[in-house]
Amino acid sequence: MSYVRPKFRHPQLPKNKLGYTTREYEGSLSTLCAGCGHDSISTAIVQACFELSLEPHRVAKLSGIGCSSKTPAYFLGQSHGFNSVHGRMPSVATGAYLANRDLIYIGISGDGDTASIGMGQFVHAVRRNLNLVYIVMNNGCYGLTKGQDSATADVGSKSKAGSVNPFEAIDLAGMALELGATFVAQSFSGDKTQLVPLIKAALSHNGFALINVISPCVTFNNNPGSTKSYDFVREHMDATATMDFVPLQSVISAEYGEGTKTVVTMHDGSKLALNKLEAEWDPSDRVSAVRALYNARLEGEVLTGLLFVDSKSTELHDIMQTSKRPLNSLHQSELSPGNEKLQKINSVLR
Amino acid sequence: MVNDFVVRFANVNGTGSASANYLFAKSIFRMGIPVSPKNIFPSNIQGLPTWYEVRVSEKGYLGRREGIDIAVSVNPQSIVEDIKGIAPGGYFIYDSTKPLHEELFRADVTFLGIPMMETCNREFSDPRQRLLFKNVMYVGALSALIEIEYTVLEQLIGEQFKGKEKLIAPNLKALQLGIDYAREHFECPLPMRLERRDLVGNQIITTGNSACGLGAVYGGATVAAWYPITPSTSVAEAFDDYASELRIDSEGRKNFAIIQAEDELAAIGMVIGANWNGSRAFTATSGPGVSLMNEFLGLAYFAEIPAVLIDVQRVGPSTGMPTRTQQSDITLAAYASHGDTKHVLLFPSTPTECFEMTAKSFDLAEQLQTPVIIMSDLDLGMNDHMCDPFTWNDKYEYDRGKLLDADDLEKITRFGRYLDVDNDGIPYRTFPAVHPSKGAYVVRGTSRDEYATYTEDSPAYKRNMDRLVRKWNTAKTYVPKPEVYQKHSPARDAMLFFGTTTQSALEARDYLGSIDAMRLKSFPFCQEVADFIVKYDRVFVLEQNRDGQMRSLLITEFNADPKKFISVLNYDGLPITAAQIVDQISIHMTSGRKK
Ligand SMILES: Cc1ncc(C[n+]2csc(CCOP(=O)(O)OP(=O)(O)O)c2C)c(N)n1
Ligand code: SF4
Ligand SMILES: [Mg+2]
Repeated sequence: MSYVRPKFRHPQLPKNKLGYTTREYEGSLSTLCAGCGHDSISTAIVQACFELSLEPHRVAKLSGIGCSSKTPAYFLGQSHGFNSVHGRMPSVATGAYLANRDLIYIGISGDGDTASIGMGQFVHAVRRNLNLVYIVMNNGCYGLTKGQDSATADVGSKSKAGSVNPFEAIDLAGMALELGATFVAQSFSGDKTQLVPLIKAALSHNGFALINVISPCVTFNNNPGSTKSYDFVREHMDATATMDFVPLQSVISAEYGEGTKTVVTMHDGSKLALNKLEAEWDPSDRVSAVRALYNARLEGEVLTGLLFVDSKSTELHDIMQTSKRPLNSLHQSELSPGNEKLQKINSVLR
Repeated sequence: MVNDFVVRFANVNGTGSASANYLFAKSIFRMGIPVSPKNIFPSNIQGLPTWYEVRVSEKGYLGRREGIDIAVSVNPQSIVEDIKGIAPGGYFIYDSTKPLHEELFRADVTFLGIPMMETCNREFSDPRQRLLFKNVMYVGALSALIEIEYTVLEQLIGEQFKGKEKLIAPNLKALQLGIDYAREHFECPLPMRLERRDLVGNQIITTGNSACGLGAVYGGATVAAWYPITPSTSVAEAFDDYASELRIDSEGRKNFAIIQAEDELAAIGMVIGANWNGSRAFTATSGPGVSLMNEFLGLAYFAEIPAVLIDVQRVGPSTGMPTRTQQSDITLAAYASHGDTKHVLLFPSTPTECFEMTAKSFDLAEQLQTPVIIMSDLDLGMNDHMCDPFTWNDKYEYDRGKLLDADDLEKITRFGRYLDVDNDGIPYRTFPAVHPSKGAYVVRGTSRDEYATYTEDSPAYKRNMDRLVRKWNTAKTYVPKPEVYQKHSPARDAMLFFGTTTQSALEARDYLGSIDAMRLKSFPFCQEVADFIVKYDRVFVLEQNRDGQMRSLLITEFNADPKKFISVLNYDGLPITAAQIVDQISIHMTSGRKK
């Protein structure tokens, strides 16, 4: 459990337009490891929804399977949630969105959940411009199954078992840009000042919004030299071969200015290089976003910020020309054509 | 031999024979004579042999019958087999543009050669028309030979080309070329011929897939997600076509959404997401798709989310044989997924039932909050079947099951998504956004208590699994009841069948001295099935798969003595015939008695 929520709340907690405090946007207590980056992202989601004065019950939160996918229980306790199956959140979210276009949908996934088992569904959700905020809590490993490499782990990094990952990492943001995603952003779980506005922007976007958030796994991401490494635990693991010791860690935060770079020291002392887009960055140019992302990668850096947004995006329902009203609100009289029409159909079949 | 024979057309796939063959079958239907056409086609778009078998039966036997009385051959590839397949005394109608090899002739078959290609090449200039009208020409020849009424054909051609009137004249010309040639060269009519009757009443003729698609429109489906696979594709297409006609709002927008998904996993995922969010949603697939959907079906079972899945069954893996018919997904569908799972299955046997069961399946899925799988098959789905007309009761209201709205939530102190309030195993559910502060929960497959709160408590898990058994028992009272065919004198033997085995089973029953029988319509088996089975020493279970899957299900669910159930099977990819049933049962009737 990462923190114990204080029972006492300051009576003057700020209120939003709806008269709600952040409390109305919180969920149940997290069961993730102390210091897990995923919890920071949950907190950022709470903050973003609070600041936007969203009605919590008008938000639906969906996820796949993984530590990351457990988080919907830890934010927006008054929203309906769906912890689905591994890698298949996009399809469940698609169905949900088709049923009711009027709600706000937040999809939570992990790097394993998205870049491996769920790759097929991820790319198709992008290409359909599903109106969904898609947050990847990217720790470069499979947290819940105890630390295997994920497809976003850097080439050359060492796995828990000591073998070197020989495979190229999948760059989710770059891929989304190629696929025609209408909103692509990257951030770091510990950078609230950047993450909260990005989530708010994504929530306001009319179409698919990807936020790939680097989120350290304090327990398993033990790949020395990688962008998400954590060595300390590994020594203890080697000794016992099981994960019976998880040290209590504190959350890593990194707040840095626009157009600047910062190097974050991870729990094990390894470094994560972040490069924040400058304030004048024009996010309407897909080609320069692809180029900047690629250049940063060559430098071994993670480029953060809103890389690209298409403000005139046409989302799925409008592409499909479905009713402006939520399909789940249609009455039987609008759905069943009735017996007279059926008898006409019969007569054609004689 | 009036109104009782089988005609088989041997065509090349992709040469436009389908509409000519359909014209032939439909004209017989229009003459008031029971008819049942069946496609036997390859997994191919152009070039391979394809057959169309039409059984004409005054008695109304609509199952497949072996023994071809008239073979029409426009495919040299399959000619040797086609001639071999003709019953003694039968006829072989072929394109005599090129002479037939001496050794192909059979003394017990009458060969009727028609220079179809030669005539069409002479009469039509467009190469496409030359090919297409060969087909219409043989229908013309047949109409002279077996006396199809000309006015019926003329009318059907007029209907077929409504809106494309300029195609009517060349079609009628091709028809006449066939008629004239047959009249000049052969003694018309043949002894095997048609006579107008009044035996089809107000019946319609259509495919099961089209009926399922229409049923989904009437049943209130607003979301459909699917991935192309023969023989289920035309379910989604029919839904799209009917809905595009019947479900457009005042702004010209669609009151439905249909998505061709990236695969079957996504298709069922979308269906689950939509149902969770309050839309009625369905998917249609075949065996390979059901295999892929297994994980999600388990989630829907455990998380108690309604879903409708139409499984149009076919033969096993690969391409080729799989586009033939079978009832071989029974155990796959009944117990699909990991953990302890069981699913509600419905077994339609006619397009009318495809329509009704699909429409009703949405009620059933929502009442029971679980997936409902409609077990159709290629024969039912893709072939035209004579059946009762569709009807709809305008007073009937959708039953959305146990749903709580905002007012209901106001009245209760604490909402428990998985609480068995009524002691029938069925809990109450809420849709997202139902209420600002009540009724929300996180859906999970397992690991939660009655209030949907996360827990890994073993007793909570067990309590839930036991409640699901209660729900399963309740389901037995919700599903459609079987149809019983009984004599009144006590009998020792009975037969049990379902789906497309029905037509042949009922025909076989006539030959077997009205053996008692039951047609299953659903799984779980209801009390009526149990009551029926205990009455007999032996129950013949008729099905179209190798392993007697329904038999296994009966033995498992009733914990019954396997010796009691005797399999009667066909699994060669063609619909089961009455003769196969009679042969297999007869063996037991003579030898099996003394035990
Ligand atoms: C079909 C299936 N295969 C495997 C698993 C086991 N599994 C659970 S979580 C997980 C990986 C999760 O990794 P990621 O999405 O990166 O989430 P994280 O735990 O790192 O946040 C796997 C493989 C599963 N639940 N379902
Ligand atoms: S294992 Fe890693 S990802 Fe999972 S909760 Fe712990 S720190 Fe987070
Ligand atoms: Mg991960």
